[in-house]
Amino acid sequence: MAATAPKFRLPFEAPIQEMEARLAELEARYATARADLDAGTPEIAEQVRRLRRELAGLVRTVYANLSAWETVQVSRCEHRPQTRDYIPLIFSPFLELHGDRAVGDDRAIVTGLARLGERRIMLVGHQKGKTLAERQACNFGCAHPEGYRKALLKMRLAEKLRIPIVCLIDTPGAYPGIGAEERGQALVIAENLYEMSRIDTPIVCVVIGEGGSGGALGIGVGDRVAMLEYAYYSVISPEGCATILWKGAEHAPRAAAALRMTAREVKRMGIIDDVVPEPPGGAHRDHREAAANLKSYLLRALREIEEQPRHELLKRRYEKFRRIGVFVEADAPTEPLLPTS
Amino acid sequence: MAQKRPQSLGTWHGLSDSKRVPEGVWMRCDGCQATLFRKDVERNLNVCPQCQHHFSLSAAGRIASLLDTDTFEEWFAGMQPGDPLQFNDRRPYPERIRAEQARTGLNEAAVVGQGFIRGVRVVVGVTDSGFIMGSMGSVVGEKLTRAIEYATEHQLPLVIVSGSGGGARMHEGIYSLMQMAKVSAALARFGEAGGFYVSVLTHPTMGGVAASFASLGDVILAEPRALIGFAGPKVIQQTVRVRLPEGFQTSEFLLEHGFIDRIVHRAELRNTLAELLDYASH
Repeated sequence: MAATAPKFRLPFEAPIQEMEARLAELEARYATARADLDAGTPEIAEQVRRLRRELAGLVRTVYANLSAWETVQVSRCEHRPQTRDYIPLIFSPFLELHGDRAVGDDRAIVTGLARLGERRIMLVGHQKGKTLAERQACNFGCAHPEGYRKALLKMRLAEKLRIPIVCLIDTPGAYPGIGAEERGQALVIAENLYEMSRIDTPIVCVVIGEGGSGGALGIGVGDRVAMLEYAYYSVISPEGCATILWKGAEHAPRAAAALRMTAREVKRMGIIDDVVPEPPGGAHRDHREAAANLKSYLLRALREIEEQPRHELLKRRYEKFRRIGVFVEADAPTEPLLPTS
Repeated sequence: MAQKRPQSLGTWHGLSDSKRVPEGVWMRCDGCQATLFRKDVERNLNVCPQCQHHFSLSAAGRIASLLDTDTFEEWFAGMQPGDPLQFNDRRPYPERIRAEQARTGLNEAAVVGQGFIRGVRVVVGVTDSGFIMGSMGSVVGEKLTRAIEYATEHQLPLVIVSGSGGGARMHEGIYSLMQMAKVSAALARFGEAGGFYVSVLTHPTMGGVAASFASLGDVILAEPRALIGFAGPKVIQQTVRVRLPEGFQTSEFLLEHGFIDRIVHRAELRNTLAELLDYASH
C-alpha cells in the first residue's frame, strides 16, 4: 500500500508522507537485496517491518487528533471515495436511471436501482467528480434543481416498488447560480424535505464526505442518518461562515471549529444516529475497507428499521426530526392580553 | 403535543415600527431617493407614498396590519434560544441574543399565535427580518412547528409571513439546518390533513427559510420588489462571475419564472388574504 500511496496533498499528512517515502525506499532496498541474495536481507526485512508498524502508529495518532478544519480537508480529499466509487464495491449490479422528466439530467446527483447484498434498493448520491472533466460535468457535486427533482422522482419510484432508499450525501452545497435560481433551487429543496418526511419506505442517509447545508439536507431526511468518521455536516461552509463573521475565508479553520461540524460532535449533539468508522488514515487510503464498513452499516441500519413495526415508520421519522432543537421555555408572562376564542 | 399547547398566552409586546425607518422626522427613500416625512411613511404601513418602495415591517406592525383589531393571541412568547455550540463571533451568542432582544423588543425572530382575518380564525406565523436577520434557529423552528401542529389538530388555515435575509441561523449550527426538515415535515402533515397554507414572502426571504416553509405554501404571495432566493446574490456573483440579470431574485422575477402566485402590495395584503381564506372556510 505504502509504496504506491499517491500524494494526497493534505498538509497535516506531511510527516506521514515523509515516512511513507522512507518506507518505499526501504522496501525497494529489500527487494533488491532479496533478488541479490544479499546476506543483509533479514535485517532489512526487520527494518521494513519496524517502519511499517511505526507508520501505522503515526497514521493512527495523526488521525486521532485531527482538528475540525483538518477533518474538512480529509472530507474534501480528491482521492476520497465518492458515490461512483462505492457503486462497484457495494451496489453492484447498478442500473442507473437518469433525468428529472422536466429540465435535464443533473450529474451532481446519481440515482438508480441497485443491489445491497441480497436486497434491492434505490441509490441516490451526490457525485463531485474526480477528473477535471468529470468535476465540471458534476459541478463539483453542487446540484441544480433538476438534481433534487430527479432524486425525488426516483425516491417516489422506490416507494412504489417497496424498496428502501439509500442516500449518500457529499456536496459543498446546492449550486449557487443564475439558472439554479431561475429554476427554483429553494423550492425543490423545500419540496424534498416535505416529501422525504412522508415517503413510505425506509430511508438511510449517510454523509460520506461533505454535508454542505441545504444541498446536503435536500437528500438527507431519513429513518437513519449517519456520517462517515471524517465527514462533516454543517449549516454553512466554513468559508462562508468565516466570510460573514470574520470578513475573510482565511478564518475558515476557526469557523470549522466554531460550527462543530465533525461527525463526533454532530453525533454528540444527537443530530445523527451513527458514525461509520473509516480505515486508519481515512477512507482515501483504502476504498475497499471504507466500502466494507459502509456496506455493513447500511445492512445493519436497514435491518434495525425493519425490526420496528412497519406502520410506525413515518411516525418515528417525524419524531426523529421533531425533537431536534435547543431552547428554553421561560415562565408564562402576564395574563393573556386577549381571551382565547 | 397536547401538553405543549399554548397554556401561556403571552402578551403582545413588540415595539412600534419607529425603530425600522431611520431616525428623525425626515427620511430618504431607498427606492426613489425622495425625502419623506417619516410619519407619512409609518402611516402608510412603511411603504413610500411616492414610489411604493416597501420598507421592512416589524412582526408587530405586520400583525397589526393583517389581523382584525385586537384579535391576536401570541403563543410561546417566552421561548428563548439556547447556546448549544457555545458560539462566539466577536461576542458570545447569548450576549448577541440579549442585545437583539433589547433592540427589537422581541424574544426571537418568529412570532406565532392565532387571530382573525375578517372574522376567519387563522394560525399566524411571522418572522421578523430585524432579529438576527430573521434567521431560523431552534426557537423559530420550534414555534412554527408547534403553530403548524396546532393548526393541523384544530383544522385551521395557516398564514406565515417570511422575512429572512439570514436563512438558517449559523450561530446554532446544524440545529438550525435541521429546523428546515422539522418545519417542512410539520407542513407535510398539515397538508395531508387538508390544511390550507398561505405563504407570504417579504423582503428578504433567502437561504434555509426560502428552502423550507416559505416555499411550501398552497398559495404563495410576495410583496413587490422583495429579494427572494436560495443563494445570496453576492455568492452567486462570486461563483458565476457574470453580471446578474436586471431584477434577479425579485418577486417579479419569481412571478415571471412561475414560482409565486401573486405579487401583492402591502396595503392590499389583508384583503387578498381574506379573499383567499374565504375559499378555505366557506
